[in-house]
Formats: sequence, C-alpha cells, structure tokens
Amino acid sequence: MVAPLDRKLLRDLWRIKGQAGAIALVIGLGVLMQVMMTGLVNTLDETRLAYYDRYRLADVFVPVTRAPERMAERLASDRRVAAATTRIKGQALIDPGAGALPIRAQALSLPDAGTPRLNDIYLAEGRLPRSASADEIVLLTAFAKARGIAPGDSLDVTMNGARHSLRIVGLARAPEFLYTTAPGELVPDDARFAVFWMRRTALAAAYDLRGAFNEMLLKLERGTNPQAIIDVADRTLAPFGATGAYGLADLPSNRFVTEEIRGLTSSATTVPPIFLGIAAFLLYIVVARIVQAEREQIGLLKAFGYSGAEVSLHYLKLVVLIAVVGAVAGSIAGISAGHALAVFYQTYFKFPFLVFTLDPISFVTGFAISILAATMGGLAVVRHVFALTPAVAMRPPAPPDYSRTFDLAGVFRRVLDQPSRMVLRRLSRYPGRMLGSVVGIAAGMALSASTLTVVSGFTTAVDLSFTVMNRSDMTVMFTHPVPRKTLLELRRMDGVQRTEPLRIVPAILRNGTNTYRGTLEGRPREPALNRIIDANEEPLALRGGGITLAEPLADILKVRTGDMLYVEVREGRRPVLHLPVTAVAQTLLGAPAFMEIDALGRALNEPGRISGALLTIDSASRETLYQAIKDMPAVAGVTLKADARTALVDLMNTGPGSVRYVMLLVAAIITFGIVYNAARIAFAERSRDLASLRVMGFTRAEAGFVLLGELAIVTLLAIPLGIGLGYGLTWAIVEGFSTDLYQIPVVFHASNYGAAILAVVIAATVSAFLVWRNLTRLDLVSALKTRE
Amino acid sequence: MQSQSQTTPIFTVTSLSKVYGTGPAAVHALRGLDLTLPEGELVVLLGPSGSGKSTLLNIIGGLDRASDGRVMFQGSDLTAMSDKQLTRYRRDHVGFVFQFYNLMPSLTAYENVELVTEIAANPMEPAEALALVGLAARSHHYPSELSGGEQQRVAIARAVAKQPTVLFCDEPTGALDSTTGRAVLKVLSDVNKRLGTTVLIVTHAAATAAMANRVIHFSDGDIREVVCNDTPLSAADIEW
Repeated sequence: MVAPLDRKLLRDLWRIKGQAGAIALVIGLGVLMQVMMTGLVNTLDETRLAYYDRYRLADVFVPVTRAPERMAERLASDRRVAAATTRIKGQALIDPGAGALPIRAQALSLPDAGTPRLNDIYLAEGRLPRSASADEIVLLTAFAKARGIAPGDSLDVTMNGARHSLRIVGLARAPEFLYTTAPGELVPDDARFAVFWMRRTALAAAYDLRGAFNEMLLKLERGTNPQAIIDVADRTLAPFGATGAYGLADLPSNRFVTEEIRGLTSSATTVPPIFLGIAAFLLYIVVARIVQAEREQIGLLKAFGYSGAEVSLHYLKLVVLIAVVGAVAGSIAGISAGHALAVFYQTYFKFPFLVFTLDPISFVTGFAISILAATMGGLAVVRHVFALTPAVAMRPPAPPDYSRTFDLAGVFRRVLDQPSRMVLRRLSRYPGRMLGSVVGIAAGMALSASTLTVVSGFTTAVDLSFTVMNRSDMTVMFTHPVPRKTLLELRRMDGVQRTEPLRIVPAILRNGTNTYRGTLEGRPREPALNRIIDANEEPLALRGGGITLAEPLADILKVRTGDMLYVEVREGRRPVLHLPVTAVAQTLLGAPAFMEIDALGRALNEPGRISGALLTIDSASRETLYQAIKDMPAVAGVTLKADARTALVDLMNTGPGSVRYVMLLVAAIITFGIVYNAARIAFAERSRDLASLRVMGFTRAEAGFVLLGELAIVTLLAIPLGIGLGYGLTWAIVEGFSTDLYQIPVVFHASNYGAAILAVVIAATVSAFLVWRNLTRLDLVSALKTRE
Repeated sequence: MQSQSQTTPIFTVTSLSKVYGTGPAAVHALRGLDLTLPEGELVVLLGPSGSGKSTLLNIIGGLDRASDGRVMFQGSDLTAMSDKQLTRYRRDHVGFVFQFYNLMPSLTAYENVELVTEIAANPMEPAEALALVGLAARSHHYPSELSGGEQQRVAIARAVAKQPTVLFCDEPTGALDSTTGRAVLKVLSDVNKRLGTTVLIVTHAAATAAMANRVIHFSDGDIREVVCNDTPLSAADIEW
C-alpha cells in the first residue's frame, strides 16, 4: 500500500514533469560527462596495460651499434631481469614508386622460428614469414591500411644501401607501435612511417649483423626500478656503442599513448566537475523554487497533523527522486557513451581488444553531488517554510512585501509604465533569485564560450604551427650527420628555393631530479623557415652557448630563463653540457629544446654537420625534385609540411581533442536547460499575476512583456558575467586538454563570444516562445481562483 | 432604477449551457439557461456551490467560453467573439473583483489602479478611484502593507477605474470578516449608485441579497427563481 503522501509525491512529480525532466536532464548531463570520461580513461589505461602484458612488451630497451650475442647473456643473468631477448633493428626506405617521396621504415627481426619472446606481434592477417625465407615480411597493419597495401603485395625497400624486393605475407599490430612517428617528427602519421618484421637470419644478412644484435629487450621482475637496470645496461654495453638504454616510459609510442590518456584523464578530472558543478547549482535553484511554490501545502500538511520531519522527508524525497532519476539516466547514458567513445578510441589507439572498466568513484561522485545539491536546495527552503504556522496556510497568503525594497523602478517612474515597473520591482525584490538565474545562465554561456574558444584553439594551434612558425615546404632528414655542403647540393637542385640546416641529437635534459628524454635541435641563429617564437608570437633569435626551451619543457624541468641545465647528449662523443637557459619559446607541438647550430656543433666536436634540412620549393618542379632527393645517398626520409599538417589535424580531430565536440554539445544543452528553467520558474511564479493582467484586458503581448521582460533583463545581465566566467573557464579546460605533445593556445576571438551570446539569446528566445505558449493556454479562471 | 431596468437590457442570455469534460464524466455546469439583465442594476447571484453562478459570471465576463447558447452584450454576440475581441471586451467594458483580490504585489495601491487606467479607453483618475473606495490616504502603500479589506477595496478601485459598463464580483467578501465585508459591499453599492455601473455579485452569503435590485437563485446549473427587490437596503443595514 502506497502511503497517501507518497501518492501525492508521485502525482506532484507528474504534475511538474516538464520541469523535473529539464532538471534531471541537466544533472544527468553532468553525471554523464563524469561517468563517460572516467570510464573512457580507465578503459583505455587498462586496455593499454593488458595489451602490453599479453604481448610481453619489454620494460627496458637497450639499443647498441653492434654487440655479440654472448653479451646478452651477461645482462640476462641479472636476477632482476625476468626475460631478455635480442633483435636486429634497421632503418629502411620504401620506394612507393615514381613521383612519390620515399617513406621511412623500420625493419625488425623475428626469431628464425616462432614468435618473439618479448615485444610480440598480433598477427591480424596472413601468416608469419617462413623460417628460411629471405624476402618475406610482415607489415604493420596501420601503414598497410593507410597505403592500401595487402598481403601478397611487394615492396621495394632500401636496406643498408641495397635494394630489396620484399613480399608481404602478413599484417600485424604491435603494442610497441600503437603510434608510429618517424624519427625527428612529432606528429604520428600511419601513412608516412612503416614497420616491418623479417626473419632474423635474413635481416642480419641485410645489415651485416650475423651473430650479433643491435637492440636488447629486457622484461624486469615486478617491482624493479627500470633506472637501475638502465644504468647496468649502459655500463655493460658501453663498448658496443650503446646509445643509451631507456625504459618503457620513454618508448615513443608508449609516451604518446600515455600522454594522450593523461590528457584525457586531466580533461576527465577538470571538465566534468565543472559541468556537474553548474548542473548542481542549477538543481539547487530550481529545487528551492519548487519547494517554495509548495509553501501552502506544507502548511496544510502540518495542519493535518504531519510532523515537520515527515513533511521535510516528503519534499526531500521529491527532489532527491528527481536528482536520482537524473543521475541514473546520466550514469546509464554515460556508460554507453563511454563505451562508444572507447570503441572509437580503440581504432585510434589501434588496440586489438578493449578491457572495459568503469570507475565506481565516478558514480559515487555523480550521485553524491546530485543528491547533495538537491537536498541543500530543498532543505534551505523547507527550513524557511517551517516557520509558517498551519493557520497561515489556511488564509490567503500575504502579498510579498515590496515596501522595503530599494525602488529602482520608482527612480525611473516617469519613463516607465506599470508593467515595466512590475518587472523591475520583482527583480529588485528578489535579488537572490535574480542573481541565481543570472549566474546560472552566465555559467551556461561561459561553458559554451570556453568550449568554443578551446575548439578554435585547436585551429589556432595548427595555423600557428604551420603558418607562423613553419614556413618551409619540406623537411629532408639524413640517416646520419652529413657535412654542411650537402645543403649546397640541395640548394642546387631544380625547384629548391631556400634551405636551412637542422641538427638534431638525442639528449637527456636534467635539472636536479627533473629529467626529460628528448632531443636537442640545432637551428640557425635566426631561423627563418621554421621560426622559434615567444609568447607574443615574436621571433626569437638563438644566442650562442645557451639553450632555448619550449614552454612545456621548461615546466617539466622547472627552470626559467637564466637557470642552468645539464644536457647529456646521446650521440657522437656524448658530451655532457652545462648550459644556461637563454629563453623560453612558445611551441604548440612537442617539447623541444633549441641551440644555435654552430654552438651545438662545437659542443659535439662535430662542427659543420647537419642531420637534416628545411626547404622551400617551387611546386612546379616537385616531381623532378622528389626523384633527385630519392637518388641522394643518406636520405632517411622526406616530409612535406602539407602532410604533417593533415596528420596533425587528423590527430586533433580523432584523438582526445575530438571530445571537445561532445563538450560543445553538452554545453549547448546545459545552456538551454538553464535558460528554459529560468523562464519556466518565472512563469510558474507569475501565472496568477499574468492571469490577472489578462482578465483586466491586457493582451497576450502586454502580459507576456511582464513575464518575458524579466527573462530578457536576466539574460542581458548574464551576458557580461558569462564573458568573464568564460575567460576563467577557458584556462581550466585548456589546461586539461594540453599535453606535452601538443598545447592548445588560448586565443580569445570575439566571434566565439558572439556565438556563445547568440546561443544564449537563441535559448532565451526559444524558452520565451515555449513559455509564451503556456501563457496563451493559461486558464484564467483557475489561475485566479487558486490561492497561489 | 426601476425605469432603467425596463428599458435597455445589458445582457441577454439564451439557452446557455456549459459542459466540462465529455462522456460519462461530463459535468453540466449550465443547462440551457435564459436570462435578461437590465443595465444599471445591482444584481446578486445566489446558490450553493456548483450551482453554476460562477460559470455564468465567467462566461458573460469573457473569461470562459460557452458550450452552447448565446450571450448578447449591448447588441454584440460574446459567444461569437475571438480571443482578441474578448480581450478587447474585458479591457473596455468589464471590471473584475475576486475573492483573493489578485493585486500585483510589486505595485502600490495607486500603481495597481494605474495599471488599468493606462490601458483603458475612458478611465477616471487613479486617485479618484481610490477616493471612491475610501483609500485616498493609503494610495502609496504596497499590498503587503494593507489589510484584507483594504486590498479588496483597491481591487474594486482598480476594477472601477476604467469606468466599466459592468462590474463582476466573485465572492468579493468571501475572505473578509463581517465589518470589512460590509465596507466592501458599501463600496460596490456606491459604485452602482454613483457611476451607474451594472454590478453583478456572486456570493454564498444570502444576507447580501437584501441590498440587491434583483436576486437570481441558482440550482443545478439553472435559474430557479428571480426576485426583484424594489427597496434594497443599504450595505450598512445588512444582517451578516
């Protein structure tokens, strides 16, 4: 048997279903964001770890120039090493045919029989190469898909200076190559970097490494600090040209994936709480008003003999029910949205499977915040209403007291008619309510404006990187440092207009315990083809002897201009440099460190060497230029700026950045929800006044003015506040989105604010229209006969 | 008064019915009612709850629509009017007074009256209307600062300020004590006598009938009896 109070509850809920629905929607969206984002992040992280685990990804990578097989046993016998294996790794160039630039590739060995002990591959299609075959390869699926290559096709590959025709027998994915980024490039691009696997004997022959290896992989016992083993490996293999062992954390692909997931995590921890907070705030306001409207019934219930506790419980049930329905719906939608996004990301991260994981905390948080906001809103008013004696409810309520309110309307009395005075007096009589509506609408607008700003920040990032900073057309990278006269050779080629040298060396940057494994880029004193800019987008000149850091790198290392930094170069004679930070540059991609190229050459004791060049070219003679570059010895790869730009845009549109569109949608819905609720509440509170006006002979338009004039004023007041709030919110969201792979610049465009204002105005207009329809349906007689 | 009542009818109601709902749940609030009301009278509509008196008031006041039948107001057919025309009718010809006053709490007494005089075609001065109900001294008070009887008098002032042809009062004293109620009735009677406004009062209080020119008794959605009273009492002499 349902208690009469509970029946009343359900009927009340049904009566206010429109408004309750709107509240539940807003709270649901807040919870949805929370559940979706945390679920997504957890799923991706769990999947990554499961994938690594199942395919036995190494913990430590030890590259060397050439080491005899027996040396491996020395390291493998360390008791902290759980498993070890060696392999051959070589740089290769794939010739995609006439008129196209060569593609960089990495060749990796598979044991002559079976699959690798560590860094296994997931064979997606075809088979593994036969044990004795010299020309069969397994190709990385992502590259094959991007290039439209299938098993059975052949590739022309240059390995160690010799051309080979290799037959593709299978396609594979590997946890080691979730992202493939060509050496020296920042943006991963499936189509422009290939990985293939061959049997060891065949690959050893191609690279003159019979009986030897050039990379060792180590899986560590649980709980072992990789750094300890890295140090041991570096010491043991130093005579064999160890270029610096590194841990899984520094594996480029893993670093990229981890960063992307970290970016998502930080979005998940900053953005949904903002949404949820705004939703909770709105819930509080609306619930407070609903209970306020029930004031008389509360008095009546008390007159019937219900205790204060029973009555409070009744109304708390009502508001908590709305909040819980919203939170449940938000959770369910959040789970499926998280699921859908995870599937989307599965393709993006190239995981062969997904381990769906939900974060129980996110549900608890979502529910707790929703219920708390609803309870607080309800309680604040219930407590106030309890001051009523039951008798008060039996009499018509006293009119709200306007006599002690500052009479704003009175000040302008000569210019205002009565309806305008009603609008103004009401606003000044209930400044709290007005403030609530204003702040609510402003918050919705701020969400829209900041999400829009972030969205256009992505565009700005691309434009800044590829228009303001990088003014070249093409980058040529060499397999090893070459003399500077190569630059002259390039300049003499048909179609080359300008050249600029580039020297890139792997380096570890240290400031105390803060370290970063990256690269040190040598550039001309005043780079023209790929400019380095400061925070004001003004070009920076490199001062000899010092180092210029990208802003995110300076943050990682916790250094500022003027501080000293240790730089361990991992190439050539491997100097350890102690350099002053001369400037901090604004970069949007990666976290590079720059040095004047001649100073770097002197420090390396290899003056006049370059590892690559930037070119501007005449597009008319592009094809002949491609051929000429292909014929150059020592070219490791060529990148067209246009390709890199496309790759970055793709990355931003398909990766974590794409969440910005979901956020934009949610922001728009929340904005509308807030404005509509404000309008509905105003209508509910004024239906009696409106009916009176209609009875007196006011037309719908005239009566509507009293209602909608209030909404208009509230909306107008909300706009400047929304602009201010949006400014702060933008920084918070951008902070969440930026990773050390790319940074989103905060650029405030008037157009974004215009769009957000427009969205609010449209929401207000639509809400006004919906409420207006209610006004036309208003039952004059019953509205007047009800007591309020 | 007698002579006026025999000359021009202000309302002619023929076969008026009002049905709420449909099918077995249908409620017949008015069952084919006929009535002629002369101009300038003070008319009291008496009857138990649900007898149809308020429904009639709402229909001839332009607040509700009839299911069937006709209402002629000074030669115009109210039942054929559009929403816009009904709004215009209420604006130009009708004043309403309700049990719960329905004042705008955000406007002072004076401004509440002004609310109507701003849009009316031929209004009196708000101050004059307030003086008429004896509230000239309290014209700048907000409703929250007025007693129930005073609020109702402001409502009457607001209703008469437009100089309506007819004033409809639905339980105007329902929420008031006897002293205040009498004062309010006196105001209504004054309005009727001094301005010649036709006044229709719906009430439960049978005693009110003593001050009317004409008393219409309702039962079950129809008129049971119409009693004309040639010697109406003044409001002060009514037994409450």
